[in-house]
Amino acid sequence: MPTAEMTRPELVCPAGTPAGLRTAVDAGADAVYCGLQGPTNARNFPGLNFTPGELADAVRYAHGHGAKVLLAVNSFPPAGRMTPWTDAIDAGVRARVDAIIVADIGVACYARDTYPDQRLHLSVQAGAASPEAIRYFCRAFAIRRVVLPRLLTVAEIKAVHDEIPCEIEAFVFGNIGMMVEGRCALSSYATGRSTNMDGVCSPASHVRYSEDAGGALLTRLGDFAIDCFACGQKAGYPVICKGRYRAADTAPAYAFEEPVSLNLTRLLPDLMRAGVTALKIEGRQRSRAYVKAVVSAFRDAVDTFLAGREADLADLIALTEGGRQTEGAFASKTWR
Amino acid sequence: MPALAMGPILYNWPVDAWRDFYFRLADETAVDTVYLGEVVCAKRAPLFAPVVEAVADRLTRAGKQVVRATLAQVATTVDRQLIAAATEPGGPMIEVNDTSALYHLGGRPFIAGPFLNVYNEGALAFLAEQGAAHVVLPAELPAASIAAMGRHADRLGVALEVQVYGRIPLAISARCYHARAHGRMKDNCRFVCDGDPDGMVLKTLDDRPFLIVNGIQTLSHACLNLVHELDDLAAAGVTTFRLSPQSCDMVAVAAVFRAVADGLLDAAEADDRLARIWPDAPFANGFYHQSEGHRWMPQPSSKPQEVRQAAAAS
Repeated sequence: MPTAEMTRPELVCPAGTPAGLRTAVDAGADAVYCGLQGPTNARNFPGLNFTPGELADAVRYAHGHGAKVLLAVNSFPPAGRMTPWTDAIDAGVRARVDAIIVADIGVACYARDTYPDQRLHLSVQAGAASPEAIRYFCRAFAIRRVVLPRLLTVAEIKAVHDEIPCEIEAFVFGNIGMMVEGRCALSSYATGRSTNMDGVCSPASHVRYSEDAGGALLTRLGDFAIDCFACGQKAGYPVICKGRYRAADTAPAYAFEEPVSLNLTRLLPDLMRAGVTALKIEGRQRSRAYVKAVVSAFRDAVDTFLAGREADLADLIALTEGGRQTEGAFASKTWR
Repeated sequence: MPALAMGPILYNWPVDAWRDFYFRLADETAVDTVYLGEVVCAKRAPLFAPVVEAVADRLTRAGKQVVRATLAQVATTVDRQLIAAATEPGGPMIEVNDTSALYHLGGRPFIAGPFLNVYNEGALAFLAEQGAAHVVLPAELPAASIAAMGRHADRLGVALEVQVYGRIPLAISARCYHARAHGRMKDNCRFVCDGDPDGMVLKTLDDRPFLIVNGIQTLSHACLNLVHELDDLAAAGVTTFRLSPQSCDMVAVAAVFRAVADGLLDAAEADDRLARIWPDAPFANGFYHQSEGHRWMPQPSSKPQEVRQAAAAS
């Protein structure tokens, strides 16, 4: 394996809580990403995220251990309610985070105008998939890194890399939504809580489980049945894009995608050669044990590939949702 | 007096139906602005390309403002070529639905489409500075935020457009779900979406119609109907009401909205007429009222639901 073409990628790991952040840093993360409490980021779940004070402490801990902190302020403030988002930018700058991840143009304008020296990354929520879109954001907001939407093949990522002036961060592991991020109002349609404006997809407060006479478990989101599981079958968390529906008079099917997780470990060397600067692991809502296991395994896999050897990836496969995984759009155009 | 706009056809209609829809629009209605062009799938654009100039010409001669709608997702080489062609200097006014187009426009005037995510005054001010003279708001924006946008748009001299009728665009994906439902994939889809002029209905396991698949796009099963909210929208500074085409008689739909906007028809009577024109989908107005998007929340001007259903059935 020609290691000379590979640069050492930054391993970007999820931190849902201060304790989770320390776990990720200790397990070998080069950078952690996190959000402040409230609607300003795309993982606004109860019990998750940081206060401004916790963020400042977390940055001190990470920097003390040679890791970076990236703050996600990547939801879309509705008109007339910008303050939580501008406060979040202020808090991030005060806490000396290494970068702020933005998606909304209004938020990006505030950050650029108020803190011209603050490093900005473009969130996957901005949905910038073409070199032109990425170049536009780079020009307008001095974006230094783009988190690519999960719709390109590795070959296409390489082509994008050659045409843009900023770094690329790519998701490699974890839950993937089927819809382009920042362009999905499915949860909002069913629950009234908006992924874009409230930072919530499929809120637990709107999930209901009911058992029928035969013992099958029906899962609902708001008023809508999303999936059904036979006795003993492992029930996935109900999100609309991984539910089962009937098209016309056909049998129920996963119209969008089955409940699978993204796992690109097999493609890691290709991604590293494609010029991807940072490999991102999803899962701010996951447990510390999960974060520790995934981060350690990826640290090992990346370092092993860099040393020119094949990595053992069996441990990672066991951690994917129900053990089922996909390479999504990355491996081949046939996924589309 | 707010203007009426006919949004782009989001579905894959046969080219003759596509052309005739616009020819009829040119001849018969009080629609002021017409959006033309493919928003969902680059593979469909060549299908009606042979007639698009004739359609645009006829609409222009009929006094309509014609705007060319552009793709909401730009990723592949073909997508990028379409955007580059649509943004050539000297070309017609376009509706921008992805930032890729802004790169090419370099400050020339454009209309910001509903997929560009203009959620707030900061984004509005930035895009106005970049050349947006007219902005179509995202479908999930609630009344209070529309009103806040109205105040800023007025100050900036930007026209504001809000969808008031038709299925609500909810999501876009890299994968084609029409192809998937037919055991195909996007690259060899054989245009299986052309059998569903209002999209393909997805029902829940308990048989409730829920969503609509339209290629890589997902829409609401319910039909947005803001006929009761037109006065409030106008008062909030919305200058243009968008009707999103369905396969029903859109000329008749436009006539209903025009009559209500002009104060010639009351909204409850309008509901009855709209339900008769397109009985296939229930109404929804939940997003506007900061609720679930699928909800229909009766307004003081509504008739009770039973009365309306009885009227629709008669």
